[in-house]
Formats: sequence, structure tokens, C-alpha cells
Amino acid sequence: MKVSLFIPCLTDQFFPRVGINVYKILKKAGVDVDYPEAQTCCGQPAFNSGYHAEAIELAQRFLQIFRNSEYIVSPSGSCTSMVKIFYPEILEQTQLQEQLHEITSKIYEFSDFLVNVLGITDLGVSFPHKVTYHDACHLLRELKIKQAPRDLIRQVRGIELVEMDRSEDCCGFGGTFSVKYPEISTAMVEDKAAAIVQTGAEYVVANDSSCLMQIDGYLRRNHMAAKPIHLADLLGENL
Amino acid sequence: MKLTPRLFKSYASRNISNPRLRKTYRFATHHALEKRLQVVHEVPEWEALRDRAHTIKEQTIDQLDHYLEKLESNVVANGGQVFWARDGKEACEHILEIAERIHARTVVKSKSMTTEEIGLSHVLEENKLDPVETDLGEYIIQLAHEWPSHITAPALHKTRGEVGALFAEKLGIPYTDVPEELCEVARKILRGKFLSAELGISGVNFALADTGTIVIVENEGNARLSTTLPKVHIAVMGLEKVIPTASDLPIFLRLLARSSTGQKQTSYVSLISGPRKAGELDGPDEFHLIILDNGRTEILKDPKARESLFCIRCGACLNTCPIYQRVGGHSYGSVYSGPIGAVITPLFQGVDVAKDLPYASSLCGACTNICPVKIDIHHMLLWLRKQVVDSGGTPWLERVAMKLYLAGMKDSVLYGFGSRLLRLILKASGKANASWTVPGWTETREFPPLAEKSFKTLWRERQQEEQHL
Repeated sequence: MKVSLFIPCLTDQFFPRVGINVYKILKKAGVDVDYPEAQTCCGQPAFNSGYHAEAIELAQRFLQIFRNSEYIVSPSGSCTSMVKIFYPEILEQTQLQEQLHEITSKIYEFSDFLVNVLGITDLGVSFPHKVTYHDACHLLRELKIKQAPRDLIRQVRGIELVEMDRSEDCCGFGGTFSVKYPEISTAMVEDKAAAIVQTGAEYVVANDSSCLMQIDGYLRRNHMAAKPIHLADLLGENL
Repeated sequence: MKLTPRLFKSYASRNISNPRLRKTYRFATHHALEKRLQVVHEVPEWEALRDRAHTIKEQTIDQLDHYLEKLESNVVANGGQVFWARDGKEACEHILEIAERIHARTVVKSKSMTTEEIGLSHVLEENKLDPVETDLGEYIIQLAHEWPSHITAPALHKTRGEVGALFAEKLGIPYTDVPEELCEVARKILRGKFLSAELGISGVNFALADTGTIVIVENEGNARLSTTLPKVHIAVMGLEKVIPTASDLPIFLRLLARSSTGQKQTSYVSLISGPRKAGELDGPDEFHLIILDNGRTEILKDPKARESLFCIRCGACLNTCPIYQRVGGHSYGSVYSGPIGAVITPLFQGVDVAKDLPYASSLCGACTNICPVKIDIHHMLLWLRKQVVDSGGTPWLERVAMKLYLAGMKDSVLYGFGSRLLRLILKASGKANASWTVPGWTETREFPPLAEKSFKTLWRERQQEEQHL
């Protein structure tokens, strides 16, 4: 089995360890991993802002780059949604239906891939800390993935998973929304941070670096104790 | 406050910094969501009901002309009259004509978003009539000269203390904030209005094509009084409110009550088929049904947007929306607020007027997830964003930024070069780990530093190491 990594641009530039850790985890699971180096961005920032022409160009590029991959795995529910859910919308009028179908049926968010394709929940990792899990919107409501990350967390030795109040509420990131409407975005993360802190957890786990960037930004600015961590980092750094 | 979506940003900014308002919205929306969840859990076939409702709406909207004509002929057969109004102006003029003919003075209105949409009360007042909102929430906002802050709970933004102060000021009663006492005051006043009104105006929740029946759901009994006591009853419906048959109705009644107020059933469900017939004791002498277009057939033409016509106005998407919860209904500058308001307001009024609304969403999808008729609300917001861009509604700086972004992202060599160059510059200027200032972000949140090496660089290093092993 061979997996091609899809490392979104934000992860590439700001959180590269997340990508490395996905790689380590997949290797440990006995999977061959490659990284098509021509990849850049899936086009989500353009699409979400309404710039479909730009997004379509990047979508076509993506299809080209990953056309020979057996599986595509990404540590982002949001960017995986872009490909799986939104590419079919923007490429509706094109001749690319076959390639599109091929790509959307082989792309997986990494926790989904581990649990539901490889059937792995226990990576033999130990992390003796109290954690809480934030349901990232795209992962939850576009890809309908709620259990897989929790299954992985529960198998970690010594970990205590405490659910926060309203874990399904958006953190307020929303891409360009976070800078277009900073007051609303901040009001949202304010409540998210309060729910996290209320659990008494040392770490807040999520599967999207963008949500974690938003949550981390607010927690640090307000000197709040909990630390955001990507599930891939939690697992990969402790392999 | 002026009713225009052009001012969304300033309204939202003002409302979000009002802690009292934030608390009121938070409490009311969370409370509504909890109640909804309890009664939804009682229905194991909830998802099947949603699917069924979606399908019925889809089939109806696809053959809207057929069902509307069927509705018309059955209303007429029942002794009612039907008027097709192209827009709000035509609807209001027709209502004024009827009012004039019957020498109406007092007009009792039961809660109706469609009449809010066309500004009917305002038109009636301008023409020396005395329109009285008889739904308690609507009555409150009429006294306060405001507009609804929520589709189903129009005075949601007001605390009982504020209502008490309003009643004391406008009605000259001693101040009280006890809801039962305030209700009693309103009930007494409204009872007099019901008895003296010559004309009753209502909305329509559903119109049954096969029987020519209109259905009104409510909890206060005011709609039943408004539609039965006055000599003439006018019902105003958006043309999307038609459903094919009476047997479809139970599906929608179950979905609507549970989604909006968390009730198994509303206290009153009135089915009205025309005026009072020979031998009947109650009901008006005349029944008029106004079928309003007001931009709806334009929406029908857009295959991506037509689903917005499935809406049954339950208000659940407002309650669950993290944006609505924090900025409140009035920020939207339209009688329709929240996620569905952000969809239909630009469709009704134009994306140029309401271009900020489609962007007022983190695209979290909670609205789509809760919608009882499964309207793909947040994906429709994305579609509307495209309309804003295509019509040149975004700032030039953003358009230039998008061009630059595309240029950088479609060329991996350029992307890699830029990525390395940026790091070199930051390193040379000693700012490799410095916090950036990002307008719109760093006022309230820290922004992370760029990683020392990109993933691609780390990947190449790792590949080389592994080859050496």
C-alpha cells in the first residue's frame, strides 16, 4: 500500500512537524509514503473567498499532481474537504469528471485513514496527560468524522480525555473570516477557550492546524494554561 | 437603525460590544437549542422526516406553476379570492384597496414574516389605518418601533425588564417585569382590538394545493382570532409556501414545531379553507389569498439558489449559528437574519446591497446540519460569495492579492523560492522568530512565527538521511 502525503500550505509553512509526524505514523503502520513535491495549496482560500476561477486552476493542478497516487492522506479535515466535497462543486462544468471521481474516492483525512482504512487505533503511544478534543467543523460536518480521532486518543496510554462543553461549536477561524470579521471571530474563540479551560485539560487536541492556530493565538494572548496540539503531533512525537 | 444590509459591519460591530445584548442572545438561543434537542431525540425517524420534507419541497418547487394554479383554483372553489402580487408594492396596494372598500379602520395582524418583508404595517399606517400586531413579540416590537430580531421570536433581543419599561412608557401602566402580568396587559388591550377590527391579516405557514387550504401555526391564539373575528381575512403568502397535498402536512408540522420552539406541536394549528360558508357559525365573510413573488421567481431560475425556497422559516439555523448568536438579528439589516437571512437577503435585494452577508460566516455548517428541510445553507453562502466576486463587489486589493496568491501557488518552483527567500530575509533581519503584525488578527490573537524550515525542506533532508542509512 502506498500513500501520498498532501501537506496543506499552512502546515508546510507554519506547522511542518505535523507533516513529519503523519509520515512517522504511517511508516510505523507499515505503509509506503511519498510526497509529491509539486504540491502547494489546494485552492481553499480562493474558493472560500468566492474566487472560483483561481480555485479551479489550483484544483486542476491538484488532480494532475496526485493522479497516480494510490491513497492521498492529509492532516487537515478542512483541506481534505476542499478536495473531496468542494472540488466536485467547482469542477462541475469541466471535462474532468473521471479524474475528479478518482481523486475524491482515494483522499482521506489522516485519523479517518488510520482508523477506517488501516483499522489501527492503538499506536502504542504513551501521553500521560489530561486532554480535551475540539471537533473541527469541516472534519465533523463535511467529512462526518467524529469518532476516529477520539478512538485514537482513547488508546493512548495514560491519557485522560475530557469532553468540553459544546465541542462541536466553531472556534471562529473560518479562513479569511478570521481577519474579515475579527470581532466576531474573537468572540467565538473566546467561548471556545473558556470551554477548554473549564475542562482543566492540559492540552486541546484537534485535527486541523488552522483551528489550532486560532485557539493557540487566543490562549497565548490571554495567558491561558491549555496548550493546543495536533493529533498527529500527540501521536507522532511519542512513537 | 435603518433597515439595510449595507450596514452589516457597523451594526455587528456595535452589537457585539454590547455585553447585555450578547448575554440575552446567548441565553435565548442556547435555551431554544436545548429544547429542540430534547424533542428531536424523541423522534427516531427524524432524519427520514428531513429527507422526506426535502424531497417534497424539491418536487413542489420544480413544478411550482402547477401547484400554485391548483391552489388558486381550489381556493376559488372554496369561495375565496386569489391575487397574484408581483412585488410588495402590488400586494400592499391590493390590501389598501380592500381596506378602503370595506371602510376598515383597525387592522389586526397575526405574526407574518412575509408582511414584514413587504413593510405592510408601515404602508397601512401611512394610509391612516391602525394596524395592530397581535402576536406578543410582534406587539412589543411594534410598540418599540423596531423590527424583528428573529424569524420566530421577534422580540428575542429584549429582556423582560426592557419590555416592562416599554409597556410602562407606551401604555401608561405601573412598571412590572413579571411576564404573566405583562401578558395580561397585552391580552386586555388586544382583545379590544380583535373585537373592533374590520380587517384581519395573517401570513401562511403552508398552503395545501389539493384542498385550497391555508395552514397557520401559532401558540397564542391570536392568529385564530385575527382570521375569524373580522369580517374580512387577507392571508399573504410567499409563493414557495405551497405543498401538494394535505397528507404532506403532518411531516412539516412535526418538523416545524420541534425545530422552532422545541414543541411537539404548537398550541394552535388552524386550517382555513375559504370564508364562512352557509350554515357555518364562525369565520369571515371574505377570504383573500395574496400570492407574493417579490423576487422569488428570480431565485427559482438559479439552480444553486433555488433550494433557499424550501425554507419553512423555523429559525433553527439562527439559533445554532455562532455568528447570529453573537451579532444578533438586527445586524443583518433585513427582516430575515441569521444564515438563511444571509442567503435570501442578497437574493431578494441583490448581492451589491448585501455583499457582506455571505461573508459573515465561518462556514462551520451548523446551519445546514440543523435545517429540518436540509437546505444546504452554508454551501449556498459560498455560491453567493462567487456572485459577489463575479459582480466586482470585492476590494481591488483583495483581487490583486488573489492574483498574486494564484501565481505563487500554481508554480511550485516559485512557491519554494518564495518560501526560502522569506526565511532568508527574516533570518538576516533577526526576525526569524518574531511575532508578526497581521491586521485583523494580532489585535486580539498571537500569530505564529514561520517555521524555521518548511515541510518540504524537512522532507528532503529526511529523504537524504534515509538514503544514507
